[in-house]
Amino acid sequence: MKVSCPHMGHLHWMLDDLFERLGVDYVKPPPTTTKTLTIGAKHSPEFACLPLKINVGNFVEALELGADTLIMAGGHGPCRFGYYGIVEERILRDLGYDFKFIMLEPFDDGKWAFYKTFESLSPGLSIRKLWKTLKASFSKGRAFDEIYKRSLQVRAYEVNRGDTTRALKEAEQVLVPAYTPEEIEEGARESLAIIDAVDQDLDREVLKVGIVGEFFLLLEPFSNFGLEEILGPMGVYIERSVWVTDWIAPNRDNKIYGFPKQLVEEKAAPYLSHNVGGEGRETIGSIVLMAERGFDGIIQLLPFGCMPENIATSIIPKVQREHDIPVLTLAFDEQTGRAGLVTRVEAFVDLLVARRGSKLALAGAATATDAATKQPSLSKI
Amino acid sequence: MRVGIPRSLLYYKYLPFWKTFLAELGLEVETSPLTNKQILSWGVEVAENELCVPVKAFYGHCMALRGKVDALFVPRVVSVEEREYTCPKFLGLPDMVAAVADQLELPPLLTPKLNQREKPSEFKWQLINFAREEFGVGIMDAVAALETARLAQSRYQESLVNGHKPLDMLPASRLNRTRWKAPKDKRKRIGLLGHPYNIYDGYITQNLVARLEEMGAELVVPEMTDHHVLMQAATDVPKQLYWTYEKEIMGAINHWTGNNLVDGVIYVLAFACGPDSLVQVLIEHRARMHKVPLMSLTIDEHSGEAGLVTRIEAFTDMLMRKKTKAEAVA
Ligand code: SF4
Ligand code: SF4
Repeated sequence: MKVSCPHMGHLHWMLDDLFERLGVDYVKPPPTTTKTLTIGAKHSPEFACLPLKINVGNFVEALELGADTLIMAGGHGPCRFGYYGIVEERILRDLGYDFKFIMLEPFDDGKWAFYKTFESLSPGLSIRKLWKTLKASFSKGRAFDEIYKRSLQVRAYEVNRGDTTRALKEAEQVLVPAYTPEEIEEGARESLAIIDAVDQDLDREVLKVGIVGEFFLLLEPFSNFGLEEILGPMGVYIERSVWVTDWIAPNRDNKIYGFPKQLVEEKAAPYLSHNVGGEGRETIGSIVLMAERGFDGIIQLLPFGCMPENIATSIIPKVQREHDIPVLTLAFDEQTGRAGLVTRVEAFVDLLVARRGSKLALAGAATATDAATKQPSLSKI
Repeated sequence: MRVGIPRSLLYYKYLPFWKTFLAELGLEVETSPLTNKQILSWGVEVAENELCVPVKAFYGHCMALRGKVDALFVPRVVSVEEREYTCPKFLGLPDMVAAVADQLELPPLLTPKLNQREKPSEFKWQLINFAREEFGVGIMDAVAALETARLAQSRYQESLVNGHKPLDMLPASRLNRTRWKAPKDKRKRIGLLGHPYNIYDGYITQNLVARLEEMGAELVVPEMTDHHVLMQAATDVPKQLYWTYEKEIMGAINHWTGNNLVDGVIYVLAFACGPDSLVQVLIEHRARMHKVPLMSLTIDEHSGEAGLVTRIEAFTDMLMRKKTKAEAVA
């Protein structure tokens, strides 16, 4: 049995670890490329959201490498993600592929079914062993999240452009072989230290930008053209509202992000008081939270037509007005080009710099009125 | 107090219920006019560009009620079946409208939450509490209003099952109604699949219903089949759909193809409709398996009349040829 499942950012590090522990033959799909997306888009319905198209591309490429068992995460709505698997399976079967398809439904939906899914991959697996394995792989996932998170902050201050990215590569390699809990703990410390050792100019004035939006777009650098690595070198310190392990963890305490789901929801409540699937409510809550914490601006990322994020986008102008924070909304589909994206992001950063200038000036001028600090609101650039 | 119901989205499903309920509570109920150019262009202007056209139209309908009513009825319809949802957009609708309410000077919003996801019986209490909290109606009166409303809704649904079209019963206009008499030569049974707020909104779908009937099509719509039959028919998938309205659509095509009730299917879906973008794959597969011709019609605010007419004409002609050929062979 050759098992595969689609990419989602650096989730593959965790899967490598998990499948190794379970003794499962894992066919990692080739890294997502434009070709992957072209294949996926060709076979997916036109209006399906971008992650589905990338998933389909990953699956096709994995099948071509000999995968015969495909796993896809499930869910129970209301957004599309929970039904992706069924549609992806249909698309792949219509293409003539033969494979076994497994939907991994959330743990909370049925603990036994959850266990049985893993047991079918790794016969004889005990519940105890599964639990221990998941815990170990998860803690490794946490360690990976930590280094990526740190890199988003360090990159803004790096003295030599590219140092952080290089350090990150090195740090990843430190974590990869970590196996026992002690090794993982040690690896986590060591890898963070590598990032921290990057030569930094801490006196540099940096912009603070929050990246919020749909989980896949945030987690998968391919889908957002490595936005974080475009912004960082411009002197932008970044925090991001979604992380792989936060997203997987059933309690949603958002350990990596640092703000538990419940708090984020409370912040969203005056504007969006109900779950709308995906990260719609979290997007609004995070914008409020980041505005309150003095961020210069927010970038919202979403796949074109994403329902939860379109709801958020509809509400953002009000949040922007009331919290006086610029928000740039970027929607992606297979036609999105890097050049256009960079131009818009640069223009946004320029605006934030200009705004910061006026803010700094105002902070000095005791007579400044509140109204003078208001910039023309910008929902879309 | 006058309460306005926007004539859009779930209006096409639950008008009898809502209207009766509010009226029984002693409120005056007003609906916005049929979708027209002004309403849609208002909606297109204020709504986020990526939203589906019916939601855009909803904004326009809210605007059309300005100055006419004291409050707008924009319920948050989270779920109408156990363990299922409607569409995320219905979950967020009151917040989306509220975000532009000040700017557009909309009347205050009434946004009861209707959620039967966990427990179907909760629905009743959600409405009773709404009546008590918003209008100070006593519990017995609220229960009575609920009962009357429920009856009105089931009468409506019964007549749908008996072959009436929503347009026969909902206030219509000259352009937006079914024929009073269908042509004798009913040769093409066309299943018209899609959300009622698209199909029966004659402005959004360019009078599709009337046009098809004029072309001699015998229309078969999901509303003609009992809800439970549709739900049952939709279970034919590896994992149950969690969007009730897509489940109805899925159930309808399964029911039609399984019982040879249609010669062809026209599937109307809104551009950027999330649920339909996925379910489409399963629906097209089903039609292929049963060799039933299917045409997907994607609609948005730019859909032109000419293009639509050409396409449905081509489709009905094709069905006709196919049928004649089949009869000749027989
Ligand atoms: S969150 Fe948005 S883009 Fe992601 S699966 Fe759901 S609808 Fe699609
Ligand atoms: S089901 Fe589709 S058409 Fe209806 S509101 Fe949702 S996205 Fe729009």
